[in-house]
Amino acid sequence: MSRRVRLALLTPALLGLGGLFAWAIAGLPEFGDYRGPYGYVLNQIVVPLRHSTNVVMGTTFDVRGLDTMGEEFILYAAVVGVTLLLRDESGAGRVERRTRRARSDTVRLLGVLMIGVGLLVGLWLVAFGYITPGGGFPGGVVLAGAIVVLYLVGSHRDYGPFRNEHALDPFEGLGAGGYVITGLAALALGLQFLTNLFGYGKAGTLLSAGSIGILNAASGIAVTVAMLLLFAEFLETYVVPLEPEDVGS
Amino acid sequence: MIVCSTLVPLQAVVFALVALGAPLVVLTRDPLRQALVNGIYGVTLVLLFVVLEAPDPALSMLVVSGIAYPLVILAAVARVRGERRRPEETKDE
Repeated sequence: MSRRVRLALLTPALLGLGGLFAWAIAGLPEFGDYRGPYGYVLNQIVVPLRHSTNVVMGTTFDVRGLDTMGEEFILYAAVVGVTLLLRDESGAGRVERRTRRARSDTVRLLGVLMIGVGLLVGLWLVAFGYITPGGGFPGGVVLAGAIVVLYLVGSHRDYGPFRNEHALDPFEGLGAGGYVITGLAALALGLQFLTNLFGYGKAGTLLSAGSIGILNAASGIAVTVAMLLLFAEFLETYVVPLEPEDVGS
Repeated sequence: MIVCSTLVPLQAVVFALVALGAPLVVLTRDPLRQALVNGIYGVTLVLLFVVLEAPDPALSMLVVSGIAYPLVILAAVARVRGERRRPEETKDE
């Protein structure tokens, strides 16, 4: 296709899209003009009913807990997909590899500090998810990120346990399955799926919000392990086999 | 929603930063640099969520643009670079 034909096709398409886009933007409510009522209702009911001072978490893990279960399984399905696509059937990936560690002491020291601080921040984000902003998803990614720093400043052997699928899979199952089991526990008691069990406790403390804490911890585990599994697959397929110091060993 | 009036100028500045950052990401040709520029662009989005008083999306954006996305991109870049570089390196050994 020549440049002229392409431009001739592109111009009306862009004009049409631009026109529709401008029309859509013109019909939007004013900036900051939220018309509700969903948000207003949630702001009114979540703290008194569930004692979860982070209304976002009270919403995602209780009011629409079923949606969040679906979202958790989207991530699960993504990891399964990547694992199946990148699976190395040849067995070449199982050879014990060694590489040089990061050479600079400063880099390694900073890295080790980052691991500690990252783990602490990640655990804090997960643990206090239903009290202050945070929760299983951001906390889980921070935890996984802190562990991946170990790969950057350590050696493959230091990182070994965190790329071992056989060790990671049970935790992924615990995280993803824990969510479903919490929902099923309510069914077993004759209540609706994912009904909030346990007492709601004192708002603003770790002992509050009932099932939300358990669902939050389960998704924290699921997200951490999912990220580690993803990284392990990418590492196996993309990075490690191509490092020249590995090839000869 | 109660709009805090002192935040409005900040919101305007951060919106401008986001509007500037997005084309920068698109116009960066080198994938490695693009991953870095995209990370910085992600930080402007984090700032945007903060000044719009949405801390939870801000945290999620921070971890996605700061940790999860660069990991995947850098792995892919390492793969492409490694393949391109490999013939010369095996000759050296």
